[in-house]
Amino acid sequence: MSGWLQHLPILPVLLPLLAAVLLLPPSETRRRPRAAIALAATLAQLAAAVALLAMADGRLAPAGGGGIGVYALGGWPAPFGIVLVADRLAAIMLTLSATLALAALVYSLARWERAGSHFLPLFQLLLMGLNGAFLTGDLFNLFVFFEVLLAASYGLVLHGSGAMRVKAGLHYIAVNLAASLVFLVAAALIYGVTGTLNMAELGRRLALLDAHERTLFELGAALLGVVFLVKAAAWPLNFWLPGAYAAAAPPVAGVFAILTKVGVYALLRFATLLEDAGAPAPFGGDWLFYCGLATIAAGTVGVLAAQKLARVAGFLVIVSSGTLLAAFGFTGTALTGPALYYLVSSVLASGAFFMVIEMAERGRTASADLLAVSFEAFGLGDRDAAEHPDEMAGVAIPAAMAFLGLAFFSCALLLTGLPPLSGFVGKFTLFAAAIAAPPQAPLLHAGLFGAALLLSGLAGVIALSRLGMRVFWDTERPAPRLQWIEAGPVAMLVLLCLALALGAGPAMRYFDATARALHDGQTYVGAVLPAPGAAP
Amino acid sequence: MEIVLALAIGTLAGSGIYLLLRPRTFQVIMGLSLLGYAVNLFIFGMGRLRTGAPPVIDAARGSDPSLYADPLPQALVLTAIVIGFATTALFLVVLLASRGLSGTDHVDGRESEKP
Repeated sequence: MSGWLQHLPILPVLLPLLAAVLLLPPSETRRRPRAAIALAATLAQLAAAVALLAMADGRLAPAGGGGIGVYALGGWPAPFGIVLVADRLAAIMLTLSATLALAALVYSLARWERAGSHFLPLFQLLLMGLNGAFLTGDLFNLFVFFEVLLAASYGLVLHGSGAMRVKAGLHYIAVNLAASLVFLVAAALIYGVTGTLNMAELGRRLALLDAHERTLFELGAALLGVVFLVKAAAWPLNFWLPGAYAAAAPPVAGVFAILTKVGVYALLRFATLLEDAGAPAPFGGDWLFYCGLATIAAGTVGVLAAQKLARVAGFLVIVSSGTLLAAFGFTGTALTGPALYYLVSSVLASGAFFMVIEMAERGRTASADLLAVSFEAFGLGDRDAAEHPDEMAGVAIPAAMAFLGLAFFSCALLLTGLPPLSGFVGKFTLFAAAIAAPPQAPLLHAGLFGAALLLSGLAGVIALSRLGMRVFWDTERPAPRLQWIEAGPVAMLVLLCLALALGAGPAMRYFDATARALHDGQTYVGAVLPAPGAAP
Repeated sequence: MEIVLALAIGTLAGSGIYLLLRPRTFQVIMGLSLLGYAVNLFIFGMGRLRTGAPPVIDAARGSDPSLYADPLPQALVLTAIVIGFATTALFLVVLLASRGLSGTDHVDGRESEKP
């Protein structure tokens, strides 16, 4: 077994931590070395994530049983020590977060990084929390990594300051602090009943509980589910999201597009691990299905009602969360693979969309966004210097408007699920799987799910075309100036979605294999824990 | 002993939730702190209440697990306290920034209209 490959699963946690430490001492004015460190660290994370992806697929040597790489910290074996587990799902999420982070980082280097202090270290710490949350195989460690990523996100949501951000940030922080406390109660309750925090061991112990203990466990699981649903922005726990995302700086909002998916990921992980012993209510079944539908409905109403593109984008994130929750709650396991495909596509698209919006709206005043409000004020409004540092910096790209239009259009297609990009493939495969499922699932569910997918898409089209017209057919403003390093990341994300659509076959096979591995919980448990006979 | 601990947790959590739902930022942060205390006591209680049982193995007592308190919840409480401390400090800064920028300590950054 080659030495360094064995340590691969810890790299996505260590690299950003190291980068954050290195980024702290140099003064903020030394931009080039700092940018170089941040870029190098993010690229290295991407490389590590891709290597893990190959490892989970069995193309790289050292993975254990079933392509699952287990890293025991400090060499303590699983039920006692803390483990990091890199399976297919974790590898997919790691690659996704590294890709999105790379795009957001490059974009931020153009201007936004300078809008406040300590952007780069906070950004790396956010990545550390994200990667850790995807990798960890321990309930309490999941809490710690959640806290790391949240603490960094508190700083990032306030990046650039200003009254709007502080107000939205205050709500965001209060809600998440309260959710963290609930997480602690849940973790303590589950530990108190089962005597373990290891996620693989949990599934095994669950079968041994008596009825009384089982009730307490269900209580803990319900609390845990509430926490994950808050993170996943499920209705009615999502009122903090649109405000915070709309107020955050665009590269921050771009990378936040994956934060809600951490909650979705955690739900899916627990649901599949506890499946064999009967997953408690919040982790699947009708309950989650209807919760997902309600989230889609709330998001759709929000999309139609919102007057600002950034808020529309926030509500679209809620719609995509709702779609995922409904798909995971759907009877049977046929929807998991397509749902993962949809997850990847929607995260990339929403990330790109937050950045496109900012570029397209550059130079417009806030009042221009209010429909039916006098447009005479346009052009006279004051520009907030703090929010838009170096407004005129950068070389004007002659085709800036054309690029923006194309990027906006592509994002709209992706987010609403119209052909030919990957958003369509994702929604179509979800739809097809839901219709094909009826032997086990009630036809009503397939119908409701299909209707929700189509109606939310329609609402998205209406809102985006309405607001898009306001932005792009607005002749009274100068064409926005773009820098290459701002346009590049957006183009990269959109092209990745295109590649995902073109390579839908192989991609879907990988996602389906992921879904199969997930729903066969024994592979995960077997890789993490010693054989049942040896367990105490 | 159990009833005393349960009452303490209940009182702290109840007051915490009440304060959390109040409109002033200072009340919110006090509520979060009280809730944090309640949660920490709760985690501690999940290790089962024992008197006179140390969590660390003592050579004189031997290695029989029934002589010792569960050390894990105590370690978890320590972690939770540290994290709670840091986030409370951060929230305080945001609270002050909000007060400075909006001129009010209402959580929405503006006073609600008085009837």
